[in-house]
Amino acid sequence: MAKVRLKDVVLARSGDKGDTCDISVFAPNEAVYEHLRRVLTADVVKRHFGPWVQGAVERFEVPNVLALKFLCHGALGGGASSSLRLDNLGKCFGPNLLRLEIDIPDHLLAGGEGR
Amino acid sequence: MKQVRVGAAQGFYGDIIEPALDLAEKSDVAYLCFDCLAELTLAILQKDRQRDPALGYTKDITATARALLPYVKRKGIKLITNAGGLNPEGARREVERIAREMGIKGLRVGIATGDDILDRLDELQAAGVDLSDKDTGRPLSEIRDRLLFANAYLGAWPIVEALRQGADVVITGRTTDTAQFLAPCIYELGWGPEDWDRLAQGLVLGHLMECSGQVTGGNHSGAWWDVPDLDRIGYPMAEVSEDGSFVLTKAPGTGGRVSVDTVREQFLYEIHDPRTYITPDAIADLTTVRLEQAGPDRVRVSGATGRPAPPTLKAVMGYRAGFMGSGMVGFSWPKALSKARRAAEIIQKQIERLGVQYDDIYVDYLGVNALHGPAAPIPDEDTINEVFLRVSIRTRDREQAARLGRLFPPLVLNGPPGVAMMPFAAFTRELIGLWSALIPRRLVEERVQVSVEEVG
Repeated sequence: MAKVRLKDVVLARSGDKGDTCDISVFAPNEAVYEHLRRVLTADVVKRHFGPWVQGAVERFEVPNVLALKFLCHGALGGGASSSLRLDNLGKCFGPNLLRLEIDIPDHLLAGGEGR
Repeated sequence: MKQVRVGAAQGFYGDIIEPALDLAEKSDVAYLCFDCLAELTLAILQKDRQRDPALGYTKDITATARALLPYVKRKGIKLITNAGGLNPEGARREVERIAREMGIKGLRVGIATGDDILDRLDELQAAGVDLSDKDTGRPLSEIRDRLLFANAYLGAWPIVEALRQGADVVITGRTTDTAQFLAPCIYELGWGPEDWDRLAQGLVLGHLMECSGQVTGGNHSGAWWDVPDLDRIGYPMAEVSEDGSFVLTKAPGTGGRVSVDTVREQFLYEIHDPRTYITPDAIADLTTVRLEQAGPDRVRVSGATGRPAPPTLKAVMGYRAGFMGSGMVGFSWPKALSKARRAAEIIQKQIERLGVQYDDIYVDYLGVNALHGPAAPIPDEDTINEVFLRVSIRTRDREQAARLGRLFPPLVLNGPPGVAMMPFAAFTRELIGLWSALIPRRLVEERVQVSVEEVG
């Protein structure tokens, strides 16, 4: 088992809809996707963002593109057009999530994205 | 098998025109489709319309028409845009003016209207429609006198009608991001209003293309450093088959990349529940879609499934939500972050002493935590070369917001050392709140009008 940051394993893109930040995380292969399904829970994501996500975090599984999608509610300081945040569109939440450190079995690491 | 080729020309109001020219020049697209309206764009257009009732559309339609009408004439490419914003008729007059100026005759310009419901809110409420905000449940009366715009999202069918009436250019107001792209598929490939699976494929197509370069290598979180020639990025085009499957690609000789990775990032962008992507034209399930690399810069997309369109349309309204005042000042090593923190204390004490009235204050440090907030670790201060302090307040009136900005220039002489202010680092702007409600579609659609005019 190794500890890695998500940035070395997945792709992530984020955006906004009102005060909700919408983050998608993409695994490089099915084995990593299955592992992420177990370890990258809505609770883990909520904890990572701390007070920047005021509401609940919902998770959706999208196995056809090996993705997990997280909806973070109350995450953008009121929403793009009324937020005081510099990242009022939530585009930096994806890269922010890439900071997260997870445990991953060593054999899953080969063929990761690497950034 | 019958096919139609559809290209993306613009992903937002103010987008560049060169990628659309690349598609018009170097590819065989039959349609160039635009998505010019973000949620906020209508607030900008409303201000234009208040100043001059002839405005209210995206003003870059003038340059767009000049650049692309020659291809409409020469190659028969059709343009579909929601640049009409709050005034599709005004946008049509402008396009017609440019056509006459360029000596282009016989151009047929269609518009679709009926999305603007700002003047119909009383009538809708009288008909029993609940216009409370669907996210918060707050009643409309709370913000009614501050409303700037109110528009229902129309789907693809009014555009299809304009195409059937022979339009070369179709201009709408508030449509879904996907409508401009789905409409030519429906029209050219003969899809019916209940072909839910094919309509769902067309929605996926529209969704992938509506953010222009975000599907062709822009904003790519993978090996972004390897994406070639973003300075001349190609915008997406699709070769769509009768069954709805399509290949997404871009104009030859352009920069950027089309791969399963660039496509899947955009595929799920801002769509919320992937099983239930709701539009006026169908509800699409994205979890059945297959993405396959089909050659260099070619990705084949198939398998979307659709469910019947919803009985309601979403309306989005914007209202005045106070003002934001903001100021920024930079500090250099040594102890850059400590200096910026001290400057923040100075500003905050002055705000209190002067009695600036605000509802909310926000302090962050550019270079340290402005983009990642509490998740960003604070580095060892000796390694920080420079930091910008940014202080923002939310106020009820413009003057209170402007008072914050005026506190910044004196810091250059009166604050910690090693300081620099960039020009225009202090500003005041109006904040716009967004409100959404669901309206029975019949009440909107019975007022939708499509008309096509020929430039003589």
